[in-house]
Amino acid sequence: MANHAQQNLLHAYLDDELDLVRSMELEDHLAECGDCAHEVASYRALHETMQAANLRYEAPADFRSRLEGELHKEATPEIQPVVVRRVIPWWSWAAVAACLLLTAAAFLVNLSDRGEKRLMAEVVSDHVRSLMAGHITDVVSTDQHTVKPWFTGRLDFSPQVRDLSADGIELVGGRLEYLDGHNAAAIVYQKRKHVINVFTWPSAGGDEEPSVSAQQGFNLLAWREGGMYYCAVSDLNRQELTEFVGMLRK
Amino acid sequence: MANSTPSAERIARFEAIVVPHLDAAYNLARWMTRNASDGEDVAQEAMLRAFRFFDGFRGDDGRVWLLTIVRNTYLTWVRRQIPQQNSAEFDERLHTDIETAFTPESDLLRKATGEQVRRAIGNLPAEYREVILMREIEQMSYKEIAAITQSPLGTVMSRLSRGRSMLRQLIAGERRAEVKVHG
Repeated sequence: MANHAQQNLLHAYLDDELDLVRSMELEDHLAECGDCAHEVASYRALHETMQAANLRYEAPADFRSRLEGELHKEATPEIQPVVVRRVIPWWSWAAVAACLLLTAAAFLVNLSDRGEKRLMAEVVSDHVRSLMAGHITDVVSTDQHTVKPWFTGRLDFSPQVRDLSADGIELVGGRLEYLDGHNAAAIVYQKRKHVINVFTWPSAGGDEEPSVSAQQGFNLLAWREGGMYYCAVSDLNRQELTEFVGMLRK
Repeated sequence: MANSTPSAERIARFEAIVVPHLDAAYNLARWMTRNASDGEDVAQEAMLRAFRFFDGFRGDDGRVWLLTIVRNTYLTWVRRQIPQQNSAEFDERLHTDIETAFTPESDLLRKATGEQVRRAIGNLPAEYREVILMREIEQMSYKEIAAITQSPLGTVMSRLSRGRSMLRQLIAGERRAEVKVHG
């Protein structure tokens, strides 16, 4: 093939990737060399056949919607600093353990029932799973009038969602927690880069003032009000978390 | 860096720069893995990676950037597959005479069905299949293909040349086999 055009050049010519001079040289050659002209015609035919074959696969609609969901989950945790996000599984265990302790303390009398204890443990594991999966919110909105109605029809109670933007607290969204046929709500707020989770579910018993606790640098406030149990967890300092709960209960 | 960009703004940028190339990403993943379900897995993984690393994206060509990620995701995926699946994809010995074989007539190639073309592309080794797809379906320039495959321009040129030569033989082989059966 010494006298024939290089194969690479033929393809570059067909793909319009040759500069003008080399392109003209090649055309001169094709005018004289039947073999190379034949080769070019054959590859043109191949190209046309491929274009006619409609080779493109389009992303199916169900794939697109699934991907949207995955990206959504991916998008939510980024409201937190990267460091916090990485630490979440570890923190969450501490937070959850502390929360469970508080819950147990608050319900010490009522919780004599083993079934209810098991239910609480289930709440915890449900919550931890959601955090570990990076699944912080089901509904993302800074608008309480979006977040609160979102729970309607999903829960048999209406969780409290407050607009505290005037106080520097941003509403991030909400999340459902499922446990043994019972539902709970998690309302997610943010102060600066600190995420605050407020867990709430209906609970029998009289009102109780918030009790503070700390677990490995994590602060928790738990209280009972109007037949609902609340537990706020954050890496905010104790004073700020207490102020936050104060605003929430105003 | 992630913290300095508000979440909503970042998502909007991602939607404007990367999401429009979802079809290209899916198409490449689908062709490289050679089946719909693995194609979806690879495309999804690539999109999630793209989203995670989006802050590191400094260029202006979202398609080249995304397809580079798809290709890397595919390479990771293919390494996890059972070895036989990879080695069985192309028997070099059967095709050593490609360069010296007679040139298939243009008519023969033009009459090939879409099905035959698709099967022939599917039978190409991955390194040839990917450059053919980027060129023929995405109409990418040699420079873009070189960027995505992280190889020199010369390698792109020779792979395209050799890949098309193989493809031509594979399609011609199919057509001839068909003529034998029916004729």
